[in-house]
Amino acid sequence: MESFTFLSPGLYNYWIVIFLMMVGFYIVISRGNLVKKLVGLNIFQTSVFVLYISMGKVEGGTAPIFGEGFETFSNPLPHVLILTAIVVGIATTALGLALVVRIREEYGTIEEDDIQAQEDETR
Amino acid sequence: MLDILDIALLFFMAVTAISILRLKNLFAVVMLGGIYSLLSALIFVNLDAVDVAFTEAAVGAGISTVLMLGTLALTSREEKQEKKPSHKIWLPLMVCIATGAALVYGTLDMPRYGDPNAPIHKHVAPRYINDSMDEVGMPNIVTSVLASYRGFDTLGETTVVFTAVVGVLILLTGRRRRDKREPTLEELEEQEEEV
Amino acid sequence: MMQRKPILRVTSKVFMPFILIFALYVQFHGDFGPGGGFQAGVIFGSSFILYALIFGLHDAKLVLPSVVLEVMAALGVLIYAGTGVVSFFTGDNFLNYNSLAHDPLHGQHYGILIVELGVGLTVFAAMTLIFYTFAGRGR
Repeated sequence: MESFTFLSPGLYNYWIVIFLMMVGFYIVISRGNLVKKLVGLNIFQTSVFVLYISMGKVEGGTAPIFGEGFETFSNPLPHVLILTAIVVGIATTALGLALVVRIREEYGTIEEDDIQAQEDETR
Repeated sequence: MLDILDIALLFFMAVTAISILRLKNLFAVVMLGGIYSLLSALIFVNLDAVDVAFTEAAVGAGISTVLMLGTLALTSREEKQEKKPSHKIWLPLMVCIATGAALVYGTLDMPRYGDPNAPIHKHVAPRYINDSMDEVGMPNIVTSVLASYRGFDTLGETTVVFTAVVGVLILLTGRRRRDKREPTLEELEEQEEEV
Repeated sequence: MMQRKPILRVTSKVFMPFILIFALYVQFHGDFGPGGGFQAGVIFGSSFILYALIFGLHDAKLVLPSVVLEVMAALGVLIYAGTGVVSFFTGDNFLNYNSLAHDPLHGQHYGILIVELGVGLTVFAAMTLIFYTFAGRGR
């Protein structure tokens, strides 16, 4: 049965999420543009959110709000964690963007290579 | 269990992420970032997380895109085009593939998607689902967990949002410096000596 | 700003009150349906961002000066932490709302309502203020 568990579709969700995470990670480490790096960071962040929410899903469950005729609910705990994480995420992204704006005003560019070159010149 | 809608939406997200990776026009990148957030909000609805979907649609696709566009207006709209040396392309790719492979290996003994007997559903969640109506009395379990059971956590998150605003204000308010460089301490000393 | 865009100006004027009322609905109906302070704050803030985008930052600041927003951001956190301190003095643990009213369930209800209001205030002020800061930087 070992080979069957390996091929079972119950893990596809996680695998696509990992693929998304790695795309975000690749953007962060390979691109030099600071705004694009932040977009990559957001992609990574959102895919982590999807991972958490997929783990909280219960088959046949419904949204965790009590109502007539509903017995099975998905796990509310990941929802709470991610709900707050989203708002904190935008606040920290805004802080990062503010830093990008200041860097642009100071160096006149938002490309990592150019900033590094200017730093080397002044040294 | 294979959820077709879920897989289709995740596939769209993957396509959007790849386009973000390949595009050089930052304006398009930011707009695709908004689409990516909206797609993830749809996935959250499909996975029963309506509160999260609501927040993601309002924050990720709305405010986040507006702030990114504001930043583009203050900086530049194009990513620099240049030939990169090959080690700058292959090294990050190898790192990503290795990390991804490790993570996929880690998922192999994870509980199946939607499994009601997964460990995550056995610990605190039953308490929230069974007792929250008697202990807190709110139909929306997410709200009662957010504000009552995990009130400390939310206090911390609110403080983080507040602190981030203070940081943005410190960084971006005040006079814009026209002369790019402030005199260093040595230059000031030299000036004093000349006087 | 955008003097020659009558369609945008008129539609945004029509939409503003509905967005604000929807935000208040999300804020105070969060106990029964999806919603709560975080979402309501963002929606409330987005209505002011829409106003600032269409009518210009100067006009938006006449409606809602940034000093008010700075106070509101701090006030939200204060309301939240203050609720915890009040439950302290009524003989319970920090942020345990059971003793805020005679009936523990009512206490919880009041506590959650006040705490969500604090969250909503901070998030609303934070989002609007961040947008003001970014939009005001260019000139």
